[in-house]
Amino acid sequence: MATTKIVVDPITRIEGHLRIEAQAENGRITNAWATSTQFRGIETIMKGRDPRDAWAFTQRICGVCTVVHAVASCRAVEDALDIRIPPNANLIRNLIHGMQFVQDHVIHFYHLHALDWVDVVSALSADPAATAKLAQSLSPWPNNSATYFGEVKDRLKTFVGTGQLGIFTNGYWGHPAYKLPPAANLMAVAHYLEALDWQRDVIRLHTVFGGKNPHPNFLVGGMASAINLDDTATINAERLTNIHAMITRAQRFVEQVYWPDLMAVASFYKEWAAIGGGTGNYLAVGEFPENDVRDIGSLYLPRGIIMGKDLAHVRPYDQELVKEYINSSWYEYTDGDAAGLHPWQGETKAKYDGPPTPWTYLQGNKKYSWMKAPRYDGKPMEVGPLARALVAFASGHEDMRAIVKEALDRLQVGPAALFSTLGRVAARGAETVLLSRRLSHWYDALVARIKGGDVRTHDGTKWEPETWPAKAQGYGYLDAPRGALGHWVQIENGKIARYQCVVPSTWNCSPRDAQGVPGPYEAALMDHHPLANPEQPLEILRTIHSFDPCMACGVHVLDATGREVVQVKVQ
Amino acid sequence: MYFPQSHPWTPEDSLGTYLERRGVTRRDFLTYCAQMTAILGLADTMAPRVAHALAAVKRPTVIWLSLQECTGCVESVLRTGEPTIGDLLLDVVSLDYQHNIMAAAGHQAEAALQSSLAKNKGEYLLVVTGSVPLNDGGIYTTVGGRTAKTILEEAAKDAKAVIAVGACAHWGNIQASRPNPTGAVGVSDIVKDKPVVNIAGCPPIGDVVTATIVHFLTFGRVPELDYDGRPLFAYGARIHDQCPRRANFDAGQFVEAFDDEAARRGWCLYHVGCKGPATFSPCPIFQWNSGTSWPIGAGHPCLGCTERHFWDTMTPFYGRLPDVAGFGVERYADTIGLALAVGATAGVAAHAIATGVHQVRQRGKALPVIETPSKKETGGTGDGHD
Repeated sequence: MATTKIVVDPITRIEGHLRIEAQAENGRITNAWATSTQFRGIETIMKGRDPRDAWAFTQRICGVCTVVHAVASCRAVEDALDIRIPPNANLIRNLIHGMQFVQDHVIHFYHLHALDWVDVVSALSADPAATAKLAQSLSPWPNNSATYFGEVKDRLKTFVGTGQLGIFTNGYWGHPAYKLPPAANLMAVAHYLEALDWQRDVIRLHTVFGGKNPHPNFLVGGMASAINLDDTATINAERLTNIHAMITRAQRFVEQVYWPDLMAVASFYKEWAAIGGGTGNYLAVGEFPENDVRDIGSLYLPRGIIMGKDLAHVRPYDQELVKEYINSSWYEYTDGDAAGLHPWQGETKAKYDGPPTPWTYLQGNKKYSWMKAPRYDGKPMEVGPLARALVAFASGHEDMRAIVKEALDRLQVGPAALFSTLGRVAARGAETVLLSRRLSHWYDALVARIKGGDVRTHDGTKWEPETWPAKAQGYGYLDAPRGALGHWVQIENGKIARYQCVVPSTWNCSPRDAQGVPGPYEAALMDHHPLANPEQPLEILRTIHSFDPCMACGVHVLDATGREVVQVKVQ
Repeated sequence: MYFPQSHPWTPEDSLGTYLERRGVTRRDFLTYCAQMTAILGLADTMAPRVAHALAAVKRPTVIWLSLQECTGCVESVLRTGEPTIGDLLLDVVSLDYQHNIMAAAGHQAEAALQSSLAKNKGEYLLVVTGSVPLNDGGIYTTVGGRTAKTILEEAAKDAKAVIAVGACAHWGNIQASRPNPTGAVGVSDIVKDKPVVNIAGCPPIGDVVTATIVHFLTFGRVPELDYDGRPLFAYGARIHDQCPRRANFDAGQFVEAFDDEAARRGWCLYHVGCKGPATFSPCPIFQWNSGTSWPIGAGHPCLGCTERHFWDTMTPFYGRLPDVAGFGVERYADTIGLALAVGATAGVAAHAIATGVHQVRQRGKALPVIETPSKKETGGTGDGHD
């Protein structure tokens, strides 16, 4: 059978703009290329800015994981200037970031990923009573009734009857790769809708501490939301109670809807536990410091490196071993394409040399993406929920071992099943369960501190630039919902001299490096990967979505050295 | 938020009959119309007209383009607050193309777009998030191998109205800040032959988008806009004039450092950089995320994100605006925008004089087309910071 060329552009149900090109033979993918098709060039605007403003600039890299760059940026500047934030501020940041994880992962499962596994049209033939029976066997969620599922089904039926399918137009309905029985499809559709309401409720935790979502406000040195139990305009008992209620509702949905649904859906797709593994190298920088962010041992989700799927050895992470390559990327380096640059020396000079638009195929071009190719000690690394789960699991993290074991037992598979498309989906759910529970711990710790008389949320001793050294540099790490994130800032005379980020989706969507080694998306698509019908690339969506791509994040590039700042001509 | 498949609105239905079938009572509907009337700043007596017009509306088609952006505006719309009818109005529209939630991908997605454009010619609402990069042939954002500019021009051609949601679609936002390496511009720099409503903010409050669509459906035209294309019902008031901490400003009660005693009493944030005095936005009125709070309500100064070029004119964010006392609620953006731009230039951003003057010149026009500092018109070194 001849090789078929496939282009999927746009990959929808992700953040941003992604194109996948692939070749397939005999129902298998033989080669794949991942192309980021957006570049914003935010880099040049960072130079000369006030480092205390950097969080707001970098936050605008992404409006989905809308807190991660802001916090990483604060940490980088605080590292550079040796600022220690008060414990309350650390707890508040953990609460905000923890809720970001929980909300983001649930949205990913239902609204971005579910339609790859759930056939909406099949739900029409479901028996509401059978659906209720299935749902009740999974969890005590109050909406698990035949009446409820019957209503959802009726609405769906009328909708499909109109012939106007809206966002469901041209879906791959009826594709043979859909395996769920009608009852499970109907249950998932109902929860898709419930999750939409749930997400906008629980994320209000960001609004209480940061004033809005998306893009809540942060502050170098701590948090701006002052605590005073005896004032109406501050964090007081009323606002804390509100937070507590949101945490409870978040936990309940995760435990009674998301996690049971995930396990139920996964049980019908166990063959995907042997598909889409990819690079086999995993990097977690770790997240959720219990104490100061410099105390790596206090991270709830631990830091570490796993190479070649070797769970017996978790290696330490050293940020000095991160380098970015542009062999396949539309950029140029002063020292040529073969060079690999650590973020302290990073450069970002865009240089497009691809074909003119409209494109037909990019494959065959040496350069084919706006993503750079990050490598750790020369190797491509997968980052994200699976990397964190594996590092934690292999490090003996008790909570993670328990939840992973629960998942493996329920699916009746061994740990090797984790290195797969399905493994990514399960790992995301597992850490959501852990973090939704952990929110209570941080909340209780915050309340206990306030009760003990500590209301400090900001350390202003090094707020004024006069207190800063003439030159300083700092590294801010953060493990975001989509994986390991690093910000590197260099400050000179009170201004930003250079700013670089290496971002989760840059790791995962990396193009080939100088040795021709593919990045994680590409490698996953070439790992025992089926493609039944090139006209309906459902399987490609499954594996790509399992990474939860965030393309605007990936093409971040905030180094300040690219171009000289230019003058606005007064007209 | 509700999706079409859960609450189907057939092409034959008017909104009135549709809601009735859904079990939404007449009283709830009228209450909603009254709320919308209030948000839109209309007289109470207009509520029946809003209700009458809305009840007769047919299910409209919406096509949503995501261009050069971060998806924060889409997320903001997903957080749209008021339950039931407000959501319905946004979501029961026939949303035929929207990258973040649509089932189809690749050429099936693009086919859905083409089919809807053809079928609903002259009738659909076009919503755009994200800017349009123009440098180097527009190569900096492509979808399906085509540039953002090509896609926008095609989709805008037969749109009934265009709503530019968020700072990127409004004026280019962060990527259009100096030195704007990709030549990013807003929608109104490309679409010249029909009104473009700018829902300003990075991101805007999602409810403003809902209300704008309601206005359009009710009156068959877009709402009244200010000098910058922003609906007056949302952007007609200055934050400073609506701020609950205004009394502290007037009394000279200021936060001097974060987490000081004044911060713990909720005093005015002007001295730590608040840009509320130079910003027109509904944040203090509508608030964020179902009325939960808003930036100043959570103790952080306003960044001024509903104003053009705020990354250049409102920074450093923790720098103090010049003395702004004296502007009252009776002044609108059109009349005081010019003065504020001068003030911002002098006081906050002495380093950004060139940019500021550029803006001032533009603000003087009635409905200016503000040229963002693209590569072509820039050159030399420095709007400051050195």
